[in-house]
Amino acid sequence: MGIANWEIVIGLETHAQLNTASKIFSGASTAFGAAPNTQACAVDIALPGVLPVLNRGAVERAIRFGLAVGGKVAPRSVFARKNYFYPDLPKGYQISQYELPVVSGGGLTIRVSRGDTAEEKFVRLTRAHLEEDAGKSLHEDFHGKSGIDLNRAGTPLLEIVSEPDMRSAEEAVAYAKALHALVRWIDICDGNMQEGSFRCDANVSVRPKGSDTLGTRREIKNLNSFRFLQQAIEYEARWQVETLEDGGRIHQATVLFDPATGETRAMRSKEEAHDYRYFPDPDLLPLEISAAWIDEVKAGMPELPEAMQARFERDYGLSAYDAATLTAARETAAYFEQAVAATDAANAKLCANWVMGELAARLNREEKDVAAAPLAPAQLAGLVARIADGTLSSKMAKEVFDGLWNGEGKDADAIIEAKGLKQISDTGALEMIIDEVLAANPKSVEEFRAGKEKAFNALVGQAMKATKGKANPQQVNELLKKKLGA
Amino acid sequence: MINASLKELSAALAAKQLSSVELAGLFLDRIERLNPLLNAFITVDRERSLAMAREADARIARGESGPLTGIPVAHKDIFCAEGWLTSCGSKMLSNFVSPYDATVIERFKAAGTVTLGKTNMDEFAMGSSNETSFYGPVKNPWDTAAVPGGSSGGSAAAVSARLTPAATGTDTGGSIRQPAALCGLTGLKPTYGVVSRWGMIAFASSLDQGGPMAKSAEDCALLLNAMAGFDERDSTSLERPAEDYARDLDKPLAGLRIGLPKEFFAEGLSADVAQAVEAAIAEYRRLGAVAVNISLPNMKLSVPAYYVIAPAEASSNLSRFDGVRYGWRAPQYGDLADMYCKSRAQGFGAEVKRRILIGTYVLSHGYYDAYYLQAQRIRRLIAADFAEAFKSCDLIMGPTSPSVAFGLGAKAGDPVQMYLSDIYTIAINLAGLPGMSIPCGTGARNLPVGLQIIGDYFGEARMLNAAHQYQLATDWHRRAPAL
Repeated sequence: MGIANWEIVIGLETHAQLNTASKIFSGASTAFGAAPNTQACAVDIALPGVLPVLNRGAVERAIRFGLAVGGKVAPRSVFARKNYFYPDLPKGYQISQYELPVVSGGGLTIRVSRGDTAEEKFVRLTRAHLEEDAGKSLHEDFHGKSGIDLNRAGTPLLEIVSEPDMRSAEEAVAYAKALHALVRWIDICDGNMQEGSFRCDANVSVRPKGSDTLGTRREIKNLNSFRFLQQAIEYEARWQVETLEDGGRIHQATVLFDPATGETRAMRSKEEAHDYRYFPDPDLLPLEISAAWIDEVKAGMPELPEAMQARFERDYGLSAYDAATLTAARETAAYFEQAVAATDAANAKLCANWVMGELAARLNREEKDVAAAPLAPAQLAGLVARIADGTLSSKMAKEVFDGLWNGEGKDADAIIEAKGLKQISDTGALEMIIDEVLAANPKSVEEFRAGKEKAFNALVGQAMKATKGKANPQQVNELLKKKLGA
Repeated sequence: MINASLKELSAALAAKQLSSVELAGLFLDRIERLNPLLNAFITVDRERSLAMAREADARIARGESGPLTGIPVAHKDIFCAEGWLTSCGSKMLSNFVSPYDATVIERFKAAGTVTLGKTNMDEFAMGSSNETSFYGPVKNPWDTAAVPGGSSGGSAAAVSARLTPAATGTDTGGSIRQPAALCGLTGLKPTYGVVSRWGMIAFASSLDQGGPMAKSAEDCALLLNAMAGFDERDSTSLERPAEDYARDLDKPLAGLRIGLPKEFFAEGLSADVAQAVEAAIAEYRRLGAVAVNISLPNMKLSVPAYYVIAPAEASSNLSRFDGVRYGWRAPQYGDLADMYCKSRAQGFGAEVKRRILIGTYVLSHGYYDAYYLQAQRIRRLIAADFAEAFKSCDLIMGPTSPSVAFGLGAKAGDPVQMYLSDIYTIAINLAGLPGMSIPCGTGARNLPVGLQIIGDYFGEARMLNAAHQYQLATDWHRRAPAL
C-alpha cells in the first residue's frame, strides 16, 4: 500500500477579512495594530443594552464576491447567533449566517502544474457568508493571567466554503492562491496573511483510490500561510493513511497545525464539539438585497481575471500561460497593460516577457510589490521599444533595465546614451570590423573552411569583442557568412 | 400638586408658580418618606436630579421649554443612564454604572425632563410580581401586602404612590400593562419598533418594547411623543414620520367598533375583574362605541409559545454577563470555566437561571425544531388571528390581568401560576401590536382593575383617544392609594 493508493479529499473554509473602514456591526475602526482595546466601542465590548447595525459596505463586498465567482446572491439572507462562551467573544455569541447565507454556489478555476504543463480545474463553492470576527486572547506578558484585546472583535469577515473538490495539497494551495488573488482583485480584502486578513481551515480526508464514498474528515484550523497549508495537508493526509493502514480509524476532529514540528494534533473531537444553538438574531432584520443593488455593484466591478485573460490572448496574441500569469494579480495585469499602451500592441509579447521575467524576478528578489517597482510601466515600454527596433541586444537591455531600476536615467534612451550602449547596426562600420577580424584570425578562417562549425562562432565572438559587445549579433552573423562565402 | 396632570405641571412651571427644582424636591421628599415602605426605587440621587432640575429651570427661563421640560420622570432600571447605576434589578449588574444613555433617556433629556431615580424591577424584567428583584420586592401602594405586578413594578408603584408624576417601563409579555392594572395606572406598550431599544437592557429582543406609565392617557400621549421615533442605532426601529400621539385625544367615540374576544372572558378570569371590565364596556357603549364579538382561537397557545421564544432569546442575550468585562465576578474561582460558572451562579437569581436553562434547552440541537420553530409558527398564527379580528373592529378590549393584585409570596413558589398572570397580555407582544391598560374599577379588597385596550399596528393615537374619552367620563384614574 502507501499513499499512492489513496486519494486525498480536501475542502477549504477561508476567512477573508473585508476591507471596510469600520466594523460589521459598529462604527469602530478596523485598522490593524492599534493599542489593545482602543478600537472597541460599546457595541464591540457588548455593554448591556447595545445593538448591532449592519455595515452596508460589508454587504456590498459580499455581493462583489458573489458576482465574481458566479454564485447566487440571496435576495434574503439571515444573520444568526452562534452561541458559545469565550473571553474574547464579548456577547457570548458570534453574529454569523447559518441557514441562509448571502452567497451560494459559484466556483473558481485553478491552475495546477503537472510536470511541464499546467492543468485547469474548476473548484465549486458551497457558500460564502458574512460574520463578525472575535477579539484576541493574549496569553503572554501576563503572569498566570490572560489579556483580552477586543480591537478585532466585530471585524467583518466573509467565510468562503468550498466543496471537497481538491485532491492534493498542491490543488488546495492553488485554490487558496486563486481565491487570495481574487479577493484582492475585486478589492474586498487586503489579503495580508501575516495580519490574519486571509486564513484557511482545511477539511482533509482520505479514501482508497477508486472509492466514491468520503472518508471521515478532520479539520485543520487557522492556516495563515500557503506553505503551512501545504505542509499541514501533506502531514495530515500521510497521518490518516498510516493510521488507516495500521488498522486504525479516523475520528472526526478539529486539529491544529504546529509549524515548529510540521505536525497536526487534535484540539477537540466531535463528541466534545459545541452545540452552538444557532437561531436567527432578533436584533437584526433579514438582509434583503434588491436586484437594483446587485446591478449597481455589478456596474462598479472591475474586469475579472478570466475575462481579462481571454482578452490578453485575443488582443495581444499571448499564450494562455502568459495571459494567466499576467492576470494572477490585478496590479501585474495593470502594469503590463500600461506598458503595452506606452509602446505598441505589436510589442505586447516582449512586454509580457519582461514583466514576467526580469521585472518579476527583481521584485521577488527585493520582496517588493509591483506597485512599489521603481521602474514605471512607461519606462519598461521605452526599453522594450529599443529592443524591438534592434537598438539593444538582450544583454544590453538587462543593463538598461538595471539602470532604470536604480534610477540612473529618466528613460531607456537616456541610459543608452549615458552608458554608450547603442548596438552597432551600421553595415559599413561592421564590414570594416569583420574584415579586420578575418585578417587577424587566419587560423579560424582556415578551420571554418575545413568544415569546423565551431570556428565560425569563434569569429563571431571576436567581432563582438572588437565592438565591446555592441555589434548587432544577427548582423555580424549575416556579414560573416557573406564574407566567408558560406 | 402630586395629583396634577403633566399638562397642569407644565403650565405651573411655565407660569413660574413653582420651579422645576421645587417640583423635583417635592417628589424627592415623598420618595425619601415612602420608598422605605414601597421599595419602588433602586437608586435615588437627589443632587443629580436637582442639577437636572436647575438646568430645566434655566431652559424655562430662556423660553426654550417644551411640554415636558422640568417635569420629573422616574426610569425603570433597565434603561442605561449615563452616570447612574443601571442594575436591571440584578446582582449581576449591581456594580454597573452606565457610561452611556439609552435612546429613551437621551430623548427625555432632550425634552428637558428631570430624572428622579431608577425604579425597581423584576431581575432582567423576568417576573410578574416584582419579587425576583435582587433589591427586594416592591409593595403595592394600595395594599402593601400585595404585589405591584411586574416587571415594571417599581415604576408602577412609584406613579401610583405619587412618588413621581410619570415613569418609563418596558413590556416583553405584559410588564407595563399588568403592573399598571394592579396599581391603578395608565400604561402603554407601543407597537414593536416604535420606541428604540438602544440602551434598554435586552430580555427578549423580539418582544421587548419600552413605553410610558402615568396617571392618564393624556399624560401617556405626551410621554410617548418624547419617547417614540426612529433610531438608526436599533435595526428593529421603524422608520416612519414622527406623529403626535395626542392628536386624536378629543375625538368622539361614536361608531368605534370594540372587539371583545370570547377567549378573554372565559375560564380563569376572576369574577370581580370580569365585572369591572364589563362595566367599562358598558360605559364605552354609552360613549357611542359598538361592541363586536370576536375570537382569537390561538390565544391559548400564547403562553407556551412565549415561554419558548422569550427564554430562548434571553438565554443568548444574557450570555454577555460573564464576569469578564463588567458586572459581578465571583471573588474566588479556579480556571476560566469555574469563573464563568461561579460568577453567573452568584450573579443571577433563580428565575433568571430558570429561564436561561429553558432557553438553552429549547435552542439545543435536536430540540430547536420542536420548540423554537414551532413556537415561531404559533407566533405567526396568533398575529394572523389579530389581523382577522381587526377586519371587524377598530380596537380590542378585555381584562389586562385575570385578577387584582395578589399577595406577596402567593405565587412565588409556582412559576406556572405566575406565568398565567400574563395570559391576556402575552399574545399582544407575540404579534408586535400596541396594547395599554387603564384603570376601570375595583375588585376584591378594593384593589384596582385594569382594562386592556389593544390596537392594530400603529394604532396608539386611536387607543389613547379611546382611553382619554373614557377618562373624561369616569374618575377611576384619579383615585390614589391612601398613604
